[in-house]
Amino acid sequence: MEIKHTALAGTLESSDVQITLSEGKGISIDLDSQVEKQFGKQIKKVVTDLLAKYDISDVKVHVVDKGALDCTIKARLIAAIQRATDTQNEQNWGVLG
Amino acid sequence: MERLRRTMMFVPGNNPAMIKDAGIYGADSIMFDLEDSVSLAEKDAARMLVFEALKNVDYGNSELVVRINGLDTDMGKADIYAMVKAGVEVIRLPKTETPDDVVETEKIIAEAEKFFGIENGRTHMMAAIESAEGVLNAPAIAKASDRLIGIALGAEDYVTNMKTHRYPDGAELSFARNMILHGARAAGIAAFDTVYSDVDNTEGFNHEVEIIHELGFDGKSVINPRQIPLVNAIYAPSEKEIRNAKAVLNAIEEAHKKGSGVISLHGKMVDKPVVARAERTMALAKASHLVDKEGNIYVE
Repeated sequence: MEIKHTALAGTLESSDVQITLSEGKGISIDLDSQVEKQFGKQIKKVVTDLLAKYDISDVKVHVVDKGALDCTIKARLIAAIQRATDTQNEQNWGVLG
Repeated sequence: MERLRRTMMFVPGNNPAMIKDAGIYGADSIMFDLEDSVSLAEKDAARMLVFEALKNVDYGNSELVVRINGLDTDMGKADIYAMVKAGVEVIRLPKTETPDDVVETEKIIAEAEKFFGIENGRTHMMAAIESAEGVLNAPAIAKASDRLIGIALGAEDYVTNMKTHRYPDGAELSFARNMILHGARAAGIAAFDTVYSDVDNTEGFNHEVEIIHELGFDGKSVINPRQIPLVNAIYAPSEKEIRNAKAVLNAIEEAHKKGSGVISLHGKMVDKPVVARAERTMALAKASHLVDKEGNIYVE
């Protein structure tokens, strides 16, 4: 799947995460989180696993975490992917399962 | 025994903090909202947030409800598919005006269940009634689908439609409340009262809960966790009511042991409605932590 344009989902409120996707070569993840030392690896894993499921291999990901649960990170990344690929109304149920 | 639905807590569907914590307040039902509390630009993100929360967060014994966008919008169908897939217990229709609104929604829910290979009929529904037409059609709406577990009054839109506004005595809602209640009872489903938005006015809130409790509503929609213990306190049975209910249930048990059908207690006949009321009283007492699992009162 190809990132068509820059898109963002989520907010900077507590327990949320803001994820911005933009075009890039390969996958690069820039993480900004107060809990990066403890949870940085896990947050990046949630992101890379989901990108793989969507078959996205070229993207720049900027993550600003405000203490989000894994399921919130996943939800915001799905929303950002759908926005960046103009597929908001075409759920990929295979991935969401 | 029918489940208790004293409180249905509204949770905005695009607020991760509130979604994360929704399970800790002891609401009987939690209603995640994809409709009015979510801006148009965030509908897609809220749908995914609630979808992931339903799949991953443990909300204990609370019944999980999602208010979807209407089928007259381009979000309604996508909301239904996502929530059915996530395994929500109840889909709440907003602004229900006619039985056809229920039938149409049921059709899409059944389609989604089939699409995902989910057992037909697993997803329940409830309908919010928010207009004069909806109120007049309440009895037919309540009987429009076997999936319906309840109907609810949405007073803000209703009073606007009726060219009035909310008053402390609730007279403006009297007809609607009674129609909805009778419609629900005739169909054998639950009746929920509307929200009370002035969260700092405890006195006004309590007064409204007392009114709907007296009328016979199953419970009230709440918009702040602080309102939950207030509702529960008013719905909690008194010690006298609990003792009486226990006596009725003990008498029934004894009668069954002896093979007797009709019994009397303190000179009064105990029949089916008396037993049903006693069972509900004990369920409320247990939910209010006034009795232990065996029904013994904690503080004698």
